[in-house]
Amino acid sequence: MSVTSSQMPAGAAAPATPDPELPVSPRAASTRGRWAGWWFLGPFMLVFVLVFIAPVLYSLYLSLFHTQMVGGTQFVGFDNYIRAFSDGAFWAGLLRVSVFLVIQVPIMLAISLLVALAVDSGRLYGRDFFRISIFMPYAVPAVVASLMWGFMYGTRFGLVGNLNDFFGWNLPDLLTPDFILLSIGNIVTWEFVGYNMLIFYSALRVIPSSLYEAAAIDGAGQWRVVAAIKIPAIRGALVVATIFSIIGSFQLFNEPAILQSLAPNAISSSFTPNLYAYSLSFAGQQQNYSATVAIIMGLVTMVIAYVVQLRGMKQEA
Amino acid sequence: MSTNRRFRRRLAAGLSVAAVTALALSACSSGADPEAAAEEGGELTVWAWDPTIEDVAAAYEEENPAVSVEVVNVGTGNDHYTALQNAVSAGSGGPDLAQVEYQATTQFTLAEALVDLTEFGADELDGTFAPGPWEGVRSGDGVYGLPLDSGPMALFYNQAVFEEHDIAVPETWEDYVQAGRDLQAADPDVYITNDTGDAGLTTSLMWQAGGHPFDVEETTVGVDFTGEGSQKFVEAWQPMLEEELIAPISSWSDEWYQGLGDGTIASLVIGAWMPGNLEGGVPDAAGDWRVAPMPQWGDSGFQTAEQGGSGMSVMADSEQQALAYDFLEYAAVNGGKEVRVDDGVFPATTADLESPEFLEREYEYFGGQQINQVLSESSAAVVEGWDYLPYQVYANTIFNDSVGQAYVGGTSLADGLAEWQDALLAYGEDQGFTLE
Repeated sequence: MSVTSSQMPAGAAAPATPDPELPVSPRAASTRGRWAGWWFLGPFMLVFVLVFIAPVLYSLYLSLFHTQMVGGTQFVGFDNYIRAFSDGAFWAGLLRVSVFLVIQVPIMLAISLLVALAVDSGRLYGRDFFRISIFMPYAVPAVVASLMWGFMYGTRFGLVGNLNDFFGWNLPDLLTPDFILLSIGNIVTWEFVGYNMLIFYSALRVIPSSLYEAAAIDGAGQWRVVAAIKIPAIRGALVVATIFSIIGSFQLFNEPAILQSLAPNAISSSFTPNLYAYSLSFAGQQQNYSATVAIIMGLVTMVIAYVVQLRGMKQEA
Repeated sequence: MSTNRRFRRRLAAGLSVAAVTALALSACSSGADPEAAAEEGGELTVWAWDPTIEDVAAAYEEENPAVSVEVVNVGTGNDHYTALQNAVSAGSGGPDLAQVEYQATTQFTLAEALVDLTEFGADELDGTFAPGPWEGVRSGDGVYGLPLDSGPMALFYNQAVFEEHDIAVPETWEDYVQAGRDLQAADPDVYITNDTGDAGLTTSLMWQAGGHPFDVEETTVGVDFTGEGSQKFVEAWQPMLEEELIAPISSWSDEWYQGLGDGTIASLVIGAWMPGNLEGGVPDAAGDWRVAPMPQWGDSGFQTAEQGGSGMSVMADSEQQALAYDFLEYAAVNGGKEVRVDDGVFPATTADLESPEFLEREYEYFGGQQINQVLSESSAAVVEGWDYLPYQVYANTIFNDSVGQAYVGGTSLADGLAEWQDALLAYGEDQGFTLE
């Protein structure tokens, strides 16, 4: 696009005569060179614009209107945003996923790290089998996982119910409002421990073995190696996994949406911000406000993920 | 069959007139003659959770070899409407025909998602259906669907369980609560019924009690749960919740079907469309279930309410509206209706509701009981003048956010209802309705 009007004839002709046999002036060649990059970027940019930029712009556009069942559509400017900032249901949902984030993510990442270190230690019997079986739950779709766990949680016909009957226990109903977040946390942890383990494990594999040899010569034990070499070396992977997990927590949707049919009174229509946006849009026909909620959530997620990334990188430096 | 054929001819005559009008009014690309469309053939997609629609589709395909009908179950009730609303918003990916309960017709009509079937002569079917269901598919002068069934309520109970514990079939709600206590005392694993907060059941019981919580006049809406009828429900249900007489099992869940089969759930107060679901979903309990009149709130004469009941509508996004109407007409008034009545569906057609053949039919699943006697009696005693909100589907999806909390001890039913009321009024105002 940097072709000036004086260069227009040459610049415009160059793409139209792509025959490499013809002699080309250096200027035309350089112009064509600038365009060549776009041919490589083109497919990506096209898909990127279609599936990312366009929906975001469309959501932004939607969020500035208000469609009513009676009265049609009006431009309302930032009214939807003002409404969102005073919407208790939205903030309660955001608070809930924040609590989830603060508790579930560290537990999940700690387990993943522990498993990755165990697999990497070389002291594990049947390492490959262990690695694949820890990773397996990640291959189960979230919907199926939620259904499966939902049935197990049931106190009447589920596994919990069977355990209660068989051993005479009195395990609590995990689908009540008091326990539901814990139950969801358990499902998410089960699903993603293997995934995060794999990120950590592959980071551990690229640590040069000379470091271990040096540590061994210095007489460092395994724990010392873990603390002084392995964990500092995979800090980058830890930051990436943390950011992925933050995004995943804020986007919590599948698990509560599926469990809702089993625990309708424990999971409200605004349980998580994403679930709220979904029910606003698809059940409540409030696409405009739903788009607003989605955009605010996107911004919140981006800001928090960015802060974590900055912090993570600073410590690395 | 002869009446049907005669009817078809009469309809065809009306249709040729309607077809001309329709062509003049709307540029209906597929042509507006349903029978011609059926001969020409095509593929139809139907979204319905009613299991008998599958049989109707098979019978229709047999009569119209050129047409293939795919019946898809995208969920029951709210799940179905969410998917349907999704398709309507997207403008594609939706079905040609969809099952729409009477409580949801207004909402989809307001969204201009349904075809006005007067285009195909559906207005001439006036008098074919019972007044309640017919009212349920009409809006203004338009007809936005044809009734498939109706849902006058009755007490479905597991006679084996009641007899085992020597408990009489309750005739009033007072008896019902007491029966719940007696069942729990006799066997802690047996509950009189299940409920985890069901908007449809709650509103229908208020309806039966003479309540009128929703008041709708075109685009003016009122919501008030403090009336006498609504409070009667609260007075009966609150103690049952507090004493844990109601099984905390959600309707339509796998647990529910198991509970209905193994005696955990001893009875249901539910619409007359239930027999087909029991036969299909709870085959193990064949012979155990019976049908009795709905328990009464007082001595103000025998009163009942409708619960659910569905029509089927042609979707505005369908490209084969004429063909879709031909199928719909088949399913609602012609051969398909016969198939459904044979399958145990409770019809909405007056001719069937009054026919001795229908009333005297004995159901093997119900131990040979002539259940239609009870159900038709209920159909005639439905309290008149009930309104659903024009956004009832959404109202029902947020029911558990407020009223549902009373089922897990978070609040009382009265407070939950007050909260629901506020939410519904706020939503109505936001959607541009005038509040009363």
